[in-house]
Amino acid sequence: MSLDVARVRKDFPILDREVRPGVPLVYLDNAATSQKPTQVLDALRDYYELHNANVHRGIHTLAEEATALYEGARDKVAAFVNAADRREIVFTKNSSEALNLLSYVLPLGPGDEVVVTEMEHHSNLVPWQLACTRTGATLKWIGLTDDGRLDLADLDRVVTKRTKVVAFVHQSNLLGTVNPVDVVAAKARSVGAYVVLDASQSVPHMGVDVQALDVDFVAFTGHKMCGPTGIGVLWGRADLLEQLPPFLGGGEMIDEVTMAGSTWAALPHKYEAGTPPIAQAVGLGAAVDYLTDLGMDNVRAHEHELTAYALNALQQVDGLRIIGPTTNDERGGAISFALQGIHPHDVGQLLDERGIAVRVGHHCARPACLRYGVPATTRASVHLYSTTADIDALVTGLDHVRRFFT
Amino acid sequence: MTDESIYQEIILDHYKHPHHRGLREPFEAEVRHLNPTCGDEITLRVHLTGRTVEDVSYDGEGCSISQASASVMTDLLIGKTVDDALSIHDEFLRLMHSRGELEPDEDVLEDAVAFRGVSRLTARVKCALLAWMAWKDAVSQASGTAGDTGAGATSEGAA
Ligand SMILES: Cc1ncc(COP(=O)(O)O)c(C=O)c1O
Repeated sequence: MSLDVARVRKDFPILDREVRPGVPLVYLDNAATSQKPTQVLDALRDYYELHNANVHRGIHTLAEEATALYEGARDKVAAFVNAADRREIVFTKNSSEALNLLSYVLPLGPGDEVVVTEMEHHSNLVPWQLACTRTGATLKWIGLTDDGRLDLADLDRVVTKRTKVVAFVHQSNLLGTVNPVDVVAAKARSVGAYVVLDASQSVPHMGVDVQALDVDFVAFTGHKMCGPTGIGVLWGRADLLEQLPPFLGGGEMIDEVTMAGSTWAALPHKYEAGTPPIAQAVGLGAAVDYLTDLGMDNVRAHEHELTAYALNALQQVDGLRIIGPTTNDERGGAISFALQGIHPHDVGQLLDERGIAVRVGHHCARPACLRYGVPATTRASVHLYSTTADIDALVTGLDHVRRFFT
Repeated sequence: MTDESIYQEIILDHYKHPHHRGLREPFEAEVRHLNPTCGDEITLRVHLTGRTVEDVSYDGEGCSISQASASVMTDLLIGKTVDDALSIHDEFLRLMHSRGELEPDEDVLEDAVAFRGVSRLTARVKCALLAWMAWKDAVSQASGTAGDTGAGATSEGAA
């Protein structure tokens, strides 16, 4: 079975809107955030209209219902990424919070090293920079090759017995590269380091099985996978999360509290201080149902085909240089490019006049932009509802941009 | 192209044929300002003689709006007294924060009136202001060191 994209598009009301009269929306900014299907919007509305209450705190009916919905969303997410245990799914507000959480609780000290890559999103770079400053540990990184891949020749030099954490991105939001998790994780394992995977751009676009990946922690974010904003996920191995100290303190995350001290709640609540994003979790549960019904293999196949089409079409545009892999193997549908002599801001602005939404800038991955000698790029990124017509509109738009500035 | 377009002819002209571009000597202050969200950057020098803005020179990379704005700005400010230049600066800031609502004074702003359309787009206002923020920073440093014959002060800032 393949994806019936025409049918899928009907589930996303926003795709029918015009940006201004007579100018329909062409949404190619999916790596920034995805649009939401009615199924998710309905779940949010239902939750607030019928079940709203705080969770884990009341004995009244609404509190029971809200708790069941919230915990039900955890079950759905656990199944979606094949977690061995539902207690391994911690709800956060986004990927950034999940990664910050890890940067606080993983033990580091002077002489220890943290390894990241040069293609990290700032959310998987800055928290580690801060952790190193706090603890006296040292940050190292794996460089990139000219064609947008990890320079694995660096691996043995960078990952050593001093390495305590290896944190890297599964699929780059800037380059589109899908990294060889097995190779990096195996190296990290061989020195006994914790392995942290930023799966913000992979979980929305491919089936991710956290057990098969052989990593310790995985972070992802609801809003890029057809869910609401304000909800993210940290998956971590239960034995590790049990040993590690808590992060934020507050209600819900405690077991027993006296003025002299406290003990911690069992997983996952130990890492969920305060009232969680309940409606958002419920919405994410609906998004996961939606994606599961379509089948992540189908989503991936559709996007893979579309990415091949886009790579080919974009390379026909005069003066266009793709920043990242130009071939479609081990690559997702975020395509960054530079248009010779034209600043990405101007590209994005002129495309917007034609209703085409792309992202311009450094995409929160400034070091990788510097690596490729561009202050900024234009990025088009597809999702399950994107079509070849979207790509055609982009290419026509880019021809127009070139003519405008020459 | 719609009437709404921010790409007025004047802006495109300045972008394609920038005035006063390139870093020149002498100068009392040099600053480097960045627009961290988009990677635009400018290095800008100010040379004062007494209370006159003798020269403003700059170099950098950025979108048409940031580059054209720098070019328009140098046309407006070079040769003015510091006080007059500051009041033109203030007028331009007022325009850029007006979300398209202000009828700009062409006698004061000359070519810079073309940026009115940009003021409607919050994401681009920063681009238009980059050079002006850099100039304000540089001129306040240069005023501090005016008369000094030593080397120019250098600073970095993020706009
Ligand atoms: C690779 C990657 N990591 C982390 C993030 C951060 O996600 P969020 O902003 O939802 O925390 C993003 C998206 O912005 C991303 O693309």
